Amino acid sequence: MSAADPSMIAPRSITGAQPALIELNGVSKRFVKPLDVAARIGNVFGAAIAEEVVHAVDNVDLRIAEGEVVGLVGESGCGKSTLGRVAVGLLAPSGGQRLWRGEPVEQMRAISARRAQLKMQMIFQDPYASLNPRMRVIDIVGEAPVVHRLISAKQQVEYVGLMLNKVGLDPTLMRRYPHQFSGGQRARIGIARTLAVKPEFIVCDESVAALDVSIQAQVLNLFMDLKAALNLTYLFISHDLGVVQYIADRVVVMYLGRVVESAPAAKLFNQPNHPYTKALLAEIGRVEPKKRKFAPVVGEIPSPLHPPSGCHFHPRCPYAMPVCSETSPALIEVSPRHWSACHLNTVSNTAVR
Amino acid sequence: MSEPVLRVEELRTHFFTKAGVVKAVDDVSFIVNRGEVMGLVGESGSGKSMTGYSLMGLIDPPGRIVGGRILLDGIDVIKLSGEEMRQMRGNRVAMIFQDPMMTLNPVLRIDTQMIEAIVAHRKVSAGDAHAMAAAALSKVGIPSPEERLSAYPHQFSGGMRQRVAIAIALLNEPDLIIADEPTTALDVTIQGQILYEMQKLTRETGAAVIWITHDLSVVAGLADQVSVMYAGRIVEQGTAEQVLGRPRHPYTRGLLDSVPANNARGARLKQIPGMTPSLLDLPPGCPFRERCSYAQSDCARTPLMRPLTAGQSVRCHHPLA
Repeated sequence: MSAADPSMIAPRSITGAQPALIELNGVSKRFVKPLDVAARIGNVFGAAIAEEVVHAVDNVDLRIAEGEVVGLVGESGCGKSTLGRVAVGLLAPSGGQRLWRGEPVEQMRAISARRAQLKMQMIFQDPYASLNPRMRVIDIVGEAPVVHRLISAKQQVEYVGLMLNKVGLDPTLMRRYPHQFSGGQRARIGIARTLAVKPEFIVCDESVAALDVSIQAQVLNLFMDLKAALNLTYLFISHDLGVVQYIADRVVVMYLGRVVESAPAAKLFNQPNHPYTKALLAEIGRVEPKKRKFAPVVGEIPSPLHPPSGCHFHPRCPYAMPVCSETSPALIEVSPRHWSACHLNTVSNTAVR
Repeated sequence: MSEPVLRVEELRTHFFTKAGVVKAVDDVSFIVNRGEVMGLVGESGSGKSMTGYSLMGLIDPPGRIVGGRILLDGIDVIKLSGEEMRQMRGNRVAMIFQDPMMTLNPVLRIDTQMIEAIVAHRKVSAGDAHAMAAAALSKVGIPSPEERLSAYPHQFSGGMRQRVAIAIALLNEPDLIIADEPTTALDVTIQGQILYEMQKLTRETGAAVIWITHDLSVVAGLADQVSVMYAGRIVEQGTAEQVLGRPRHPYTRGLLDSVPANNARGARLKQIPGMTPSLLDLPPGCPFRERCSYAQSDCARTPLMRPLTAGQSVRCHHPLA
């Protein structure tokens, strides 16, 4: 289908109230493993070996308004990191369209595309792997703004000092190497590097997952302070629902490449609609000193190479009906700004327990 | 109550590095009763894993157990010879590690690895060992265990691999299972499944469990007793209800306040300032005093563990109300 046709997008898009800063329309990302020589020769003789295709992201719409914090949750392999990389422009989508302030990035002139691209940045998960161990902090943080002519090379020391101050690090440490810092400090260096190019939209991919809980609290506070001070917009990717509940205005839940539910945070956590969201919420980390009876979701996360037919969640779903294995449910607005893709919403009106 | 399965008294494990002595475990004492789950909580570098390794006799040079007693069913494990220790390990005490890919040999089939663990400790026929392995797999909820026995570790998913690791730990019906962050690498729905199996298994087998984790919510749902470690020492101990419901040590309080789910949306998280001190040549006194908002001048004296109410004890000069 043509993603550029607005009449096709409008009913599906997950609209926010404000104008979108970044918008993904029907975005897909497929990873294809090309056939090797043996398989190609086999095919000449009629072996019919097909290429392996992973639909990491499958026809996803996402609009993020300026100043909004969107939480993107899901389990490993659900495509949340791929979607984040597509949103920020690190991966080109296999299908669909990416709009920055209403303009399709792919159709921009090279110079404006580059300028738009600079406004979108990413903070990575592992504060150990994402910093070059052979670069000093001043170069890690100060290289990009000089390259992009935001500052001159002479201003670098002063500018890096300013950035380090912003993230709560001592500027006198800028001549040090990453290994001389603790995990929490490294996370701050990663944040300073991102802020140095003055972004407006930041994708945080599991940015606090590797940190101890007391350090995690410090970094989450820093995220919120920076958002308030610099009017940042975040796409906050996490598997930790507790973190997302705390930080996000709106939450998008993914399962095997598709969005299954999207709602304002309070709504999603209080009245989840999709059975998968309910299952996830049941596992949320609550520190209540009470022996819990663990009642887990059954089954494994299926391989994205061979996703189940119809609704991807149906083999694990306690409410699965025959229709669930046949057709994949569309996202429908179950209440204002609350979208869910589940056949239960259309087949009968009886509320799901 | 009968004699506890495990009684650890004043355990000290130190590492003698070129840069100085690292007191990874420093004066740690606790008791684990039969059928009980003891949650050992702490942040990275607090010494919780090293406590577990000490119990298993898995401390490598430059580390050494320099003091204390580890009484497993009344026998001091530290005094055992290498051979006696080997008989103990995997038999009376078993350990489950964080990364099941590291514990399973990637080039051996599951049945080979499981049967090896059985015949190392018991005289049984190959057929019986095979049947025991299959029974253990079905006990941890692996479907069609007979077929899965002939699979290799890479053919299992992460959650299934961890189940296999748990099955191997259970093979010889140990009195004590030490689980070191066994669900940290797993997705939440899979973590829920593993916790469910563990809860069921401890109830059925009556094995005592030490559950080492940084995740307070896991401990809250699973543990009977909780010990909180900080800088190589246990700073607070008690039932899960006492420690998590009414923490008396400022560090425990700070940890609980840092959990995002315990905070109101949008409000600033209450954070513990500063960071964990280096264990290298730790100065005397309370190691938490630099970060503690209740610290006073007498905190420069090393506090001792002292009982407060029934079962709850704390290592602090100024425990919270």
